[in-house]
Amino acid sequence: MAKSFKEILSSGEFVITSEIGPPKGTNVEKMVHHIELLKDKVHGLNVTDNQSSVMRLSSLAACHIIKDNGGEPILQMTCRDRNRMALQSDLISAYVLGIHNVLCLSGDHIYLGDHKGAKQVFDLDSVQLIAAVKGLEQGKDLGGNALDGAVEFCVGATATPEADRMDAQLLKFRKKVKVGAEFFQTQAVYDMEKLKAFMEYAMQFEVKILAGILVLISPGMAKYLNANVAGVTVPQELIDEMTGVEKGKALQKGIEIAARQIKQIKEEKICPGVHIMAIGKEEIVPEILAMAGL
Amino acid sequence: MIVAEQKPIQEIKTMMAKYQKILVVGCGTCVTVCMAGGEKEVGIIASCLRMALKLEGKEPEIIEGCIQRQCEWEFIDELKEKVEGVEAVLSSACGVGVQALAERVGNKPVYPALNTTFMGMPKEHGLWVENCRGCGNCGLGKFGGICPIARCSKELLNGPCGGSQNGKCEVNKEMDCGWQLIYERLNVLGQLDQIEDIILPEDWSTDRDKGQRRILREDVKI
Ligand code: SF4
Ligand code: SF4
Repeated sequence: MAKSFKEILSSGEFVITSEIGPPKGTNVEKMVHHIELLKDKVHGLNVTDNQSSVMRLSSLAACHIIKDNGGEPILQMTCRDRNRMALQSDLISAYVLGIHNVLCLSGDHIYLGDHKGAKQVFDLDSVQLIAAVKGLEQGKDLGGNALDGAVEFCVGATATPEADRMDAQLLKFRKKVKVGAEFFQTQAVYDMEKLKAFMEYAMQFEVKILAGILVLISPGMAKYLNANVAGVTVPQELIDEMTGVEKGKALQKGIEIAARQIKQIKEEKICPGVHIMAIGKEEIVPEILAMAGL
Repeated sequence: MIVAEQKPIQEIKTMMAKYQKILVVGCGTCVTVCMAGGEKEVGIIASCLRMALKLEGKEPEIIEGCIQRQCEWEFIDELKEKVEGVEAVLSSACGVGVQALAERVGNKPVYPALNTTFMGMPKEHGLWVENCRGCGNCGLGKFGGICPIARCSKELLNGPCGGSQNGKCEVNKEMDCGWQLIYERLNVLGQLDQIEDIILPEDWSTDRDKGQRRILREDVKI
């Protein structure tokens, strides 16, 4: 890929990112396959960081593999598992490995994952982590010490357009912008009206917002999201659409819905790009893109 | 106050099974108020322990006692004679009390009957909640009197995560999202501007991270 992710963001092109889930274990075959399928079809590939608090191959190692395979990695970093020492150290390490994009998040709570008794960290929060990246770019760590060689990242953050209490969420959003987030990838959004309302507010800031598209794989998944995943609401029409199809066709329907949403976002210029998540089924992303005309 | 709860009787029984003469001693302060280890609970713990050991064919002598505060030497000293007559002590004070007792009674083993859990208060009858983590650098003034360290499950300082649902925290549907409470309270007080600025990373060296904490005050030293 010729242009860096940072350049793409400012190019005015419709930005497409997707996500790679690292394996739980050393078998990277499937992941490498997904990387190969996607790397030339998207502008950046996120790698989740022990997503849902389930221990896996690190985001850093997987980003390195993406880089080796000619893709543009976006390193996800959560504050849950590492203190400020480890986070900064990993950021410097990522930089020297050629990883130049980072997405800063708080991270899910430890208790939601597969190591319920682990001690969680949260030494920093996502706002402070973005600020830490900015500091490293200035050649200074959080202890105020000078670095021998600074980093340079394209720094992103997350936003939740359908959050429980939007005014409080927007406070956090503003702070992320203030400390220097350049792009946002949103939590999954299904309700385009809510996305538009969020964008109306967000547009006043000089940041690029990529709408989160989480592909529905089954009607059960839609119901699960509504019941268990905060900040994500699948409208009843979409649930009906998913349940309305014959057995075995639900995934195809999910692909169709995702493609339709992406198309709408692009055509109506709701957001300057999308972030497509197809957890565990990354191989369907090219089909979604094709169907969306991208 | 310090809030604690009684350990399962099986666990207490396992700790105490090898002794023939045991003193169970309660504390008249926090753990009395939170109904975990006061005089009344000492009676209950002692009877349960007697029964549990009896089922195993053991009939140790179990004496009961309770002092006003197990975390101060002068109260502990009242126990001297009682302690001398037993092989081991089972304390139903908080962890501070158990340790104070252990330090003061010399070479007698002291065991905890409670799990000391947090600093908090009764929110309703039968429900206690944690409200302070003792971070050593209180920021309640900034957060409308609601602590993000003790009441946000991720100790976030710059605002909520995206995980709350209907005002509840992503960790547990029974638990209020601390950040929603903070936001609402500051809104009511007209003080939302207080959290608009970036809050810098916490200095955890005043928390637990410099080892055992101590306060030395020359002005009250004798
Ligand atoms: S800020 Fe620190 S001292 Fe104040 S209530 Fe919270 S944990 Fe306790
Ligand atoms: S839901 Fe609220 S209390 Fe729970 S971790 Fe998120 S901000 Fe903190």
